[in-house]
Amino acid sequence: MTHSALDRGDPAPGGGDAPQPGLASGPVPDPPAARTALPVRKKKKSFLPYGLVLPAALLELLIHIGPMLLGVWIAFISLTQLNLTNWLNAPFVGLQNFVNGLNPESTIGQAFFSTVGRTLLYTVTVVGFSWVLGMAGAVFLSSNFKGRAILRTFFLVPYALPAYVGTIAWAFMFNQRDGAVNQILVDTLHLFGDERPFWLLGQNSFGAMIVVNVWQLWPFAFLMLMAALQTVPADVYEAASIDGASLWQQFRSITLPMVRPANGVLLLVMSLWTFNQFNIPFVLFGAASPKEATLVSPLIYQNSFGSWNFGLGGAMSVLLLIALFIASFFYIRMVLPKGADND
Amino acid sequence: MKNPIKVLSALAATASLAFGMTACGGSSQATNSDTITYWASNQGNSLEDTAAKLKPSLDRFTEKTGVKVKLEVIGWSDLYNRILTAVTSGDGPDVLNIGNTWAVTLQETGAFEPVEGALLEAVGGKDRFLQTSWSTGGADGKAPTSVPLYGLAYNMYYNPKMFKEAGIEAPPVTWDEFVADAKKLTKDTNGDGKPDQWGFTAAGASVSANSHQAFVRGLQNGGALFDKDGKPTFDSAAQVEGVKQWVDLMATDKVMSPSDAEISDGSQKVDNLINGKAAMVFDQSPVKNFEARGFTDWAVAPIPMMKAGASGPEGTQSHVAGINLSVFKNSKNKENAIKLAGWLTSDAEQVALNKAYRSLPVVSSVSSDAAFQTDEVKLKNDALANHALPMPLIPKEGQMETLTGTAIKNLFAKAATGTVTEADVQSALKDANNQMVAAQ
Repeated sequence: MTHSALDRGDPAPGGGDAPQPGLASGPVPDPPAARTALPVRKKKKSFLPYGLVLPAALLELLIHIGPMLLGVWIAFISLTQLNLTNWLNAPFVGLQNFVNGLNPESTIGQAFFSTVGRTLLYTVTVVGFSWVLGMAGAVFLSSNFKGRAILRTFFLVPYALPAYVGTIAWAFMFNQRDGAVNQILVDTLHLFGDERPFWLLGQNSFGAMIVVNVWQLWPFAFLMLMAALQTVPADVYEAASIDGASLWQQFRSITLPMVRPANGVLLLVMSLWTFNQFNIPFVLFGAASPKEATLVSPLIYQNSFGSWNFGLGGAMSVLLLIALFIASFFYIRMVLPKGADND
Repeated sequence: MKNPIKVLSALAATASLAFGMTACGGSSQATNSDTITYWASNQGNSLEDTAAKLKPSLDRFTEKTGVKVKLEVIGWSDLYNRILTAVTSGDGPDVLNIGNTWAVTLQETGAFEPVEGALLEAVGGKDRFLQTSWSTGGADGKAPTSVPLYGLAYNMYYNPKMFKEAGIEAPPVTWDEFVADAKKLTKDTNGDGKPDQWGFTAAGASVSANSHQAFVRGLQNGGALFDKDGKPTFDSAAQVEGVKQWVDLMATDKVMSPSDAEISDGSQKVDNLINGKAAMVFDQSPVKNFEARGFTDWAVAPIPMMKAGASGPEGTQSHVAGINLSVFKNSKNKENAIKLAGWLTSDAEQVALNKAYRSLPVVSSVSSDAAFQTDEVKLKNDALANHALPMPLIPKEGQMETLTGTAIKNLFAKAATGTVTEADVQSALKDANNQMVAAQ
């Protein structure tokens, strides 16, 4: 505690001296011992933080920034299996990969644009459902009742389960001939007439993928929102209910504004995850998704590993990185609270 | 970072992370010269069965050479992706199986050891091998980067009991006869108004199996996937016709269950034959599955052709199918990896392994062994020798398989959920063709 008190420039006991020029916090009295020691400490401090951050910075460079820059570089070269093991010598093609990816006349460009549109729709739907379910669950469990702990654990199961295991179980359930979904919907409930629908082929595959993703994502929204709700003081609700506010009014005027900062982050993170979703379609449909359910990440994978056109895959990744960066930037500026005190 | 406790904990975290990474790096770098890794494709009726059948051979190898083999059997739906990842990262096994149709594509990556020098010597030279199988090892005029290991070819397997019930005397020879018979064999046996016995079954979602059919059906109709100049012609009239015949089995002829559109694993279609859900299937080696399940109601015939007795490209019934063996160039244990390649292609192991997996030996010296004198194996041999052409031996073969196979997979999905017109086939193949052009 002594150190932090000194660092913050808090008044030391028995002080009454002139302000210390090295500390920016105004007229702070310092004990004589600290006054003599400070210049030395200051010198050390100027190096120490950098020295300490250096290993982490190097690792960050190695793990994140390096591969990212490599990915950007790949977008500008023609990287195929012919030069894969000697990629440093792959021919530089400038913007050609971007032109190929963005040309609305070509099959590749058309696929790219329709996939981006589909992925946006997918993201909005998945994040929307996940948020509503997460919010409902969090509000429901914020009141005290018997069995709350069990329900809370139960709600978190999809999040706790390894993503692969959950998705492959869904793939089995969605199987047209032997899957549980058709057994329940068609055999037991007699929906859809006699015909067993295909859930993993054609149009339905898009819906099936949404179901699996919402199932996997909503517990995260639930967890975050429940944590946010804990910070809302109970007496605010008490006061509101004494004033005669309905539950809906309380939700709208107290809950929503109070969890706004958490919501801002939550929606951003969920949208980024969903937009870049790869695991679920890959496990549900294999390396090639149905046309109606191809998302951006699997498309990049197909271009990179199916057609071995790593340059094109790289260009598409860079385009998306830029788009997501811009979108996130404006979102953060507009939605998230400003100021440094939001620690 | 003003709080020393924060500083210390950050430092500790960084140090432990750095240490952890070094430790990981260290362990993956560590090589034990007595152990090599081998990725084997699934040749048995399950991954476990493949491993169990391979184990005696590997044990004998260890006994003889002192080299231990760490085996991993990989299912067909994962194999291509696993190889690509290994090639891309440079971090793969010492020895691995590849589908022989991928050999030229993978050769171009430069990730595999050329079969020359010590490796060629270890496998006993190219003259030991069947000419057709050896030709799949790599592009013309270059040292191959894979050696044949198991030979395969497509045959038609059918249920003679069902044929008899449907009044069919002999297996169909032409495509028209095949479709007509398949219609007779498609029946509603339980009276619910819907067929539950189908004339034919196939893995509609298998990318590679569909691309094989695009190849064979295209050739039978007088087409080809590439023209003389190496340009893709996936959407030529003959190719469209051939692919349409294939997809029509579900879409128009309705002799294939729509649920076949979800099958991506070849053993599931064989299951359909064993379970009596279908009467005919095209496959390369289902007999091991038949035997494992005690299924005896099967017979075998050549794949139907457009015209009886056709020869040349129009008489194609199969591609030169099979599994090749490659040594990873990055192997830190090349000497032992080469020893294993020599071992698995030796006469004795060729007999043992091909007998166990019901595949064809790829070395001519053992084809006269009693194990390979059954009617089924003889038919397969005939298909391989007289009615098979290698899939296009071009560097972009892998892309071609992915693009045509995926297009057909999507067409089957469309057939299962609606209708497929000639224009749909044409447009799907045109898209695949355009992407192939862009990839070239």
